Amino acid sequence: MLARVAESIYWMSRQMERAENLSRFLEVTLNFILDQPENLVDPWEPLIQVTGDTQWYSEHYSRFDRPSVIHFLAFDDRYPNSMLSSLRYARENARGVRETLSSETFEQINDFYHFVNDAALQKVEPTADFFDQVRQQALLWNGILDGTMSHDIGWHFANFGRLIERADKTSRILDVKYFNLLPRVDDVGTAVDDIQWSALLLAISGFEAYRREHHLIDIEKVVDFFIFNRRFPRSILSCVAGADWSLSQIEDACSSAQPRSAKQASLGLRHRLANTNVKEVLAGGMHQFIDTLQVELNDIGEALNQDYFQVTLNA
Amino acid sequence: MSTDPSSSWQSQSQSQASGTASADASEKPSAQPLPRLIDYDPGGFFDELVNDQSIARPDTEVLVDMINRISGETLARRQRAIERAMYRMGITFTVYSDSRGTEKIMPFDIIPRVVPAILWHHIEAGLKQRIGALNRFLSDIYGPQNIINDGVIPRELVDTSKDFRPQCIGLTPPNGVWCHITGTDLIRDSSGTVYVLEDNLRCPSGVSYVLQNRAVMKKNFPQLFDASRVRPVNDYPARLYNTLVSMAPEGVRNPVVAVLTPGVYNSAYYEHSFLAQQMGVELVEGRDLMVKDDRVYMRTTEGLQQVHVLYRRVDDMFLDPEVFREDSVLGVAGLMRAYRAGNIALANAPGTGIADDKVIYAYVPKMIDYYLGETPILENVPTYVCLDEDDRRHVLENLDTLVVKAANESGGYGILIGPHATPAEREKFGELIRENPRNYIAQPTLSLSRVPTLVGESLEGRHVDLRPYILCRSPTDVDVIPGGLTRVALKRGSLVVNSSQGGGSKDTWVVANPGEETAST
Repeated sequence: MLARVAESIYWMSRQMERAENLSRFLEVTLNFILDQPENLVDPWEPLIQVTGDTQWYSEHYSRFDRPSVIHFLAFDDRYPNSMLSSLRYARENARGVRETLSSETFEQINDFYHFVNDAALQKVEPTADFFDQVRQQALLWNGILDGTMSHDIGWHFANFGRLIERADKTSRILDVKYFNLLPRVDDVGTAVDDIQWSALLLAISGFEAYRREHHLIDIEKVVDFFIFNRRFPRSILSCVAGADWSLSQIEDACSSAQPRSAKQASLGLRHRLANTNVKEVLAGGMHQFIDTLQVELNDIGEALNQDYFQVTLNA
Repeated sequence: MSTDPSSSWQSQSQSQASGTASADASEKPSAQPLPRLIDYDPGGFFDELVNDQSIARPDTEVLVDMINRISGETLARRQRAIERAMYRMGITFTVYSDSRGTEKIMPFDIIPRVVPAILWHHIEAGLKQRIGALNRFLSDIYGPQNIINDGVIPRELVDTSKDFRPQCIGLTPPNGVWCHITGTDLIRDSSGTVYVLEDNLRCPSGVSYVLQNRAVMKKNFPQLFDASRVRPVNDYPARLYNTLVSMAPEGVRNPVVAVLTPGVYNSAYYEHSFLAQQMGVELVEGRDLMVKDDRVYMRTTEGLQQVHVLYRRVDDMFLDPEVFREDSVLGVAGLMRAYRAGNIALANAPGTGIADDKVIYAYVPKMIDYYLGETPILENVPTYVCLDEDDRRHVLENLDTLVVKAANESGGYGILIGPHATPAEREKFGELIRENPRNYIAQPTLSLSRVPTLVGESLEGRHVDLRPYILCRSPTDVDVIPGGLTRVALKRGSLVVNSSQGGGSKDTWVVANPGEETAST
């Protein structure tokens, strides 16, 4: 596969996943507001903090209120990681490689982009219903990617991209709760807290799966579910294992004398996750754990770039 | 072959139509008169669908009958549905250069253009003859130049053409074919006679619209296809692939074929990507390729992989900075070395543009006589070559009735349509011609044929041309795709069909003779 094509597919897939997760962030936050007593916790500022782009935000917005934060994350086309920007880049990438995608794949990206772009042009604040529809579009996208494309090396680059991005975003959704928890340690174990953890599970579509395994909300078990569950497809461990599997397939298909550093890095992370438990995470500080994890995920992505996208005459 | 094609196909297709009716007796008793297109006025023009009394022409009666039974509102609704489908498929261009600008599809008109079987056979034979002569001309002009030495074409014309590539002298493309993919523009005048308007021998575009227009029409009018015996076009990508594979360097078992595009910002990018996808080959940009030891490689995740055939949609001048424009970033340094060494095949061969020069065009009938010893089956539009003194005088005296064209422009640019121009514009062109007579030709303003076209919820006649596509594997193995791009000038009265100037397109239905394959089968 052309190196340029592989790179575009990888980014296209990451950007689609990024758009989906922004919608999940916003949906969970809107749910927070509905379910908690007024003014208990300000849910909007933490949302900016978990993006890691607080500085950019402060340069362009004066307040951390709902309309600003929603516009920033959903529709701001100056912000390169907004939902709209992500979809636009994904579509640009898809356009550059559409001959390698199934027609349905391209059409879905195109539809998805137009759906969000049209909403952005209406200049009305989107509702929870809109984010629900975005999630539906995203699920459709994932189904089409898996159901209409040959699971060849191109698909593996897409799968790797989507899972690395998803692992990162699942960790950030968990981090939202960390930022929300700080001011109100008293709430731990209360009904409000219960509702907040439930909302978090809903954000990764994992509420029912969690209930079937554990029945009752319990912080340790929820964190364990988010990070270490082996069966749920949005848990960090599942994502890392899946990404690692796709890397193996890519490595097998691209037989080359070159050492592949991405594979080593992803295997390392996989082992570390397998040898850590939730008690250690909570004892060492969840936020620190998540920070480290995000750095490692970044490193794997950078290693992939070096391994496969930079092909020179000596290759 | 008759010297007056229009009259011959009309009389013959009359008899063929009655054959159709009897074959389809359950639907249409032969006694029934041909239907009349309701509320439609051909307005004194030659109309492709109906005669001057608005009566269906032979082979169009099923279509006319259907149009009569569907309300304008329904047609408009279906057209919108088709346009939405095209929008979904991303067959769009951006209206503003701004990345969030509105996107539009190429305008599409729902009323197809019908080409009767007998007329098509005439066109097909004419195109095969013409491309045969043009390929001989290209071999000759980059080889012994007999046609110049024998005084048939003035040397000056070739030497001064912007599209003559001295770098190509002495090249011998595989199978003796220079031009593998051609899209020839045809028009019909007020008598229905078919003329060749121009030969597009470089990178003719538009075939993706032929395929997509057909796909959406089939989805929307499946029953109509059954009844109309339309010939299929959907095997074009397979035929193109076979053509490309046939060019591979000798001894290569499983040649690697790729489409070379200037990139995602090129206006025909959609087509490049569509064709690569349909053929299942890589779509590459110059930056994906490199040349090592006179071989062309693409950068893949597995390292470097050799490429054997390139369907290049990059202009000659940008192909190889070592040989052509030094500042080109779209091409590949060393590509021509690899080409000369026979390690890569290029479709079309570099240098074919010389035969596209609008002045050289005027000599194609002479080429057909010179190389093939035949009379042209399809005629040129009568053309005055301004380099010739007598022609020039005539042109300068009749600027108000002629169409003047610059030799090397395309896309509807560099054209004066005399009858529609202001005196100042005519003055300006007169000056241009006197300054550089080599660069201009002139033709009479033909009254192009029309096809009913949906305007709002009713039908009005609009002028059309036709671009069939020709694939050439060897001088004797030539395919003309039964169909083509019908471009339509959507503005009332306009004769300019170019999409860059407000033109749209229609599906083109070539009717099958009994026994020929149809699109519904």
